Order: sequence, then structure tokens, then C-alpha cells
Amino acid sequence: MQPGKKMKQAAWALGLGLALLAPATGQAMSAEDAPESVEIDTLAELYGPVSFDHAMHTDVAQCSDCHHHTTGTDPTDPPCVKCHYGREEGETVSCTDCHAAEPFIQENLKKLENPEIFHIDKPGLKGAYHINCLGCHQEVGGPTGCQDCHQMTEAGEKRFDTGKFAPAGYRPGAEQHEPEKKHE
Amino acid sequence: MTEQLSRRRFIKGGLAGTVAVSVLKDKETQAAHDFEGYPDAMGVVVDLTRCVGCRSCEAACNKEQGLPEPAEPFDDFSVFDYMFHGQKRRTDEAHYTVVNRYEVPQLDHPLFRKMQCNHCNEPACLTSCFVNAYTKTPQGAVIYNSKVCVGCRTCMIACPFYVPTFKYSSAFSPRIMKCIFCYDTRLKDGKPPACVEACPQEALTFGKRIDMLEVAHQRIRMEPGKYIDHVYGEHEAGGTSWMYISPVPFDEVGLDTSVTREPILNYVKGFLAIVPMVLTIWPALFAGFHLLATRKDRIKESQTDENQEG
Repeated sequence: MQPGKKMKQAAWALGLGLALLAPATGQAMSAEDAPESVEIDTLAELYGPVSFDHAMHTDVAQCSDCHHHTTGTDPTDPPCVKCHYGREEGETVSCTDCHAAEPFIQENLKKLENPEIFHIDKPGLKGAYHINCLGCHQEVGGPTGCQDCHQMTEAGEKRFDTGKFAPAGYRPGAEQHEPEKKHE
Repeated sequence: MTEQLSRRRFIKGGLAGTVAVSVLKDKETQAAHDFEGYPDAMGVVVDLTRCVGCRSCEAACNKEQGLPEPAEPFDDFSVFDYMFHGQKRRTDEAHYTVVNRYEVPQLDHPLFRKMQCNHCNEPACLTSCFVNAYTKTPQGAVIYNSKVCVGCRTCMIACPFYVPTFKYSSAFSPRIMKCIFCYDTRLKDGKPPACVEACPQEALTFGKRIDMLEVAHQRIRMEPGKYIDHVYGEHEAGGTSWMYISPVPFDEVGLDTSVTREPILNYVKGFLAIVPMVLTIWPALFAGFHLLATRKDRIKESQTDENQEG
């Protein structure tokens, strides 16, 4: 059938074009393709957004330290390599696509009941950020104070009874862990 | 007659009856030993390798439960140095949960441990309460009803974790203050407690207790050497909804490792079963004995009275 053949040809052409445009599969993503910096703001509430210097971190860490198996490199954690070995890069590299912002809502807890599921202990988004970022910072001596990465908001000051919501008559003790923190 | 029914014999008889009843009761109580908690009860795993002592859980609890303003802000970490009579901070009427810092020799950094009610499968507080102020809900929370509480504070002594505290500031309308797993505002709607939601490190992982046990054991298995191979609360005090995993032995982070594997209930069930009997049967029984024993005396007395009158 003529129309069918034409369609097929068009499909091939389109496929070839896309293949040429897309980065070669089976290879690792390049750090240069990544954004210079990322504004992490989806969870900002008690603390403001984090301005994450992605370019700087590509110099001090491997892609898979944070992106696990989605950037086309083998994961650094030994248990992960057993399955995620020699994989191609993932369709997405964003933290939010795998780590749920609300890990403990019923809908997500229901998923744990599936006996096929291996990742029964995948941290939520907030946990993933802090465990990974702070965990590494503690190891390599990066900043570890809360406000070293994100400034506390007014809502945060209210929650923590600090700043302008500090208890009346409170005088900060000598042993504050965060040297930059200012009490207004 | 008075000779035969001496005071000692009264008591002997009463005790024998009591023992007989409690022995007969044993079959009934045996079944409860196998209770493994409500199947859909929720639970939390506290991972001490993750906690960084930020006190976010304390702040969230304070706001969620409408507790009084703290003496110092929740981002003041000098509280970890506080000592009260040689003890670290503990829960009280203004704090349902507190985080304490522990220096451990094996590690080059301190560990932090959150404490709160562990929500036992078979709570000792509930067992000890003679007005039934406590309830273990199917969702796993141990909740408390201040309306019926008489302020006897037996629950405070019964708890193996020293969790319930008394609101001494309102002693005339007695109120026990303790973590209720955010039952009223969150848990009954299937939501995690406020502290869990606030934890940035996901040191608190929430889900069905049976799933959380699996998570805890998987975490221990996946990273050999990182944790002590034990889930504190899996069996302690007959099993608790809140459980801990730790890189160091649990007694080094202030957890009582001498807490029995059996529910506290099992140790006191026999005794508690006889309390209602003592209160109901004993008075009638001994009053009867007394009347019988003194019957002759009374007859004699009335006869002598009649003789004197006559």
C-alpha cells in the first residue's frame, strides 16, 4: 500500500533525525551539559530555597554520588551495582522524579505492600537531599549548619521560637552550633 | 469458736481462696501472651545514624500539640548540655519529645536520640490504670483520656520507659502529659505524626509497623557493620510501635536494655486479676466470718442483758 509505505519512510526519517539530535546512548552524560546552578525550592517553607552550585559540585563529586544510576555511570554504592550495572542514562535525572515530596502519605505507603518491590526504603525528597548533602558535607568537611545552605524564613522562626519569635527574656547561650545565626 | 477462727486463720483462708481463683484464671490469660499488636498498627523507625540533633521534631511537636512556649528557642543547642540530677533532659508536661546527645567512644562524633512514648503493643500504663484512662487504638497510638483520670500517677511508675509525666501545674484537674502519636490531629486520618514530617534527615521513617520492621532489618542487612544487629522495640516490653536502630549498643544511647521481652502486663496480670475480687469478695467474706465468730458472744451478751433486766 502506497500510503503505508510513505508513512513508514516518514517514520524512519523522523527516527534517524531524532537519533542524530539526541546524545549517543550508552554513554555517560557530560557534566558540561548540566546547569551551572540549580535553585532547589520545591520544599521551601521553614527555610528558604537552596541555591545549589551544581558546577562547583561536579568538580568535587562524581555524578553518581547524587544521581545514582541515572546519568549513565555505575552507582558508587556497592549494593546498587548488583542491579544498576552498565546502564544507560535515565530519562530523567531530577531528584523529584524518584523521591516523593510526601513519602508517608497513604498512597505512597500502599506501594510498600507490593511484594515485588525491592526499594521499600527509598527516602522521601527532603530525606534524600539532607542524607546525601549533609552526609557528604560531614565526611569531606563541607558546611553543616542549617543556615549554611538555606536561610530560615519567618515561618521557620515561628516554628523554632527563634529570631523575632524568641521567648521573652531569652538570652542566647554560649554554646550555639551555628556561628552565623543572628538574634534580632 | 473465737479460738478456732483466729485472725491468722481468717487471712489464710482468704489468701487460699485468692490463689485458687488466680490459678483458675491462668488459662484465660495465657491466650493474651501471643498478642502481636494490631495488624494495621502504624510504627516509626528511629535511625540513630541519621539523626543530627537539629531539634526540628521537638519544635514540630510543640506547635502541633499546642504545648507552652519553650524556655529557649528550638535552635538553641546548648540544651544538650543540660543535666537534671545527673540525668539528661526528659519528657515533661511541656515536652512530649526531647532529643539528647550521647558521646560514644566508638565514634568520632556524638549520637543524638529522640525520646517520646514508644506506644507499646501491650502498654503497661494502660494495664496499670484502674479507671481505663488509656486506650491502644488500632492505628497503634496509646492515647489518654483526662476526663476519667484521677491523678494517681500509677502509669508513671508502670511505664518501663519513664514516659508519662504529670501536669503538676494543674494538680487539681489531674492530667498526664505524654506523646499520643498525634492521634487526634493526624494519625487517625492516616497521616504521619508532626515530628516525622518535620525530620529533615528522615531519621524517623513512618509506615505500618510490620513494614517498618522490614525496613529496619533491611537497613541493617544492606550495610554490614553500620548497625548493631538488633531492632530495639521489636520485642522490648512485648513490642513497641516506635523502634530504634543504632550503630552502638543501645545502653550507650540511654536506652534501657534490661526491659523484658514480655509485655509488662504478663508480670502483673495475675495480681491485677485478684484486685477486683479482693475489693468485692473479701469485705463480704470477712464480715461474714466476723459475724459468725462473734455470734456466741453477742448471744451471751444479750442473755446477760436480759438476765440483768429480768
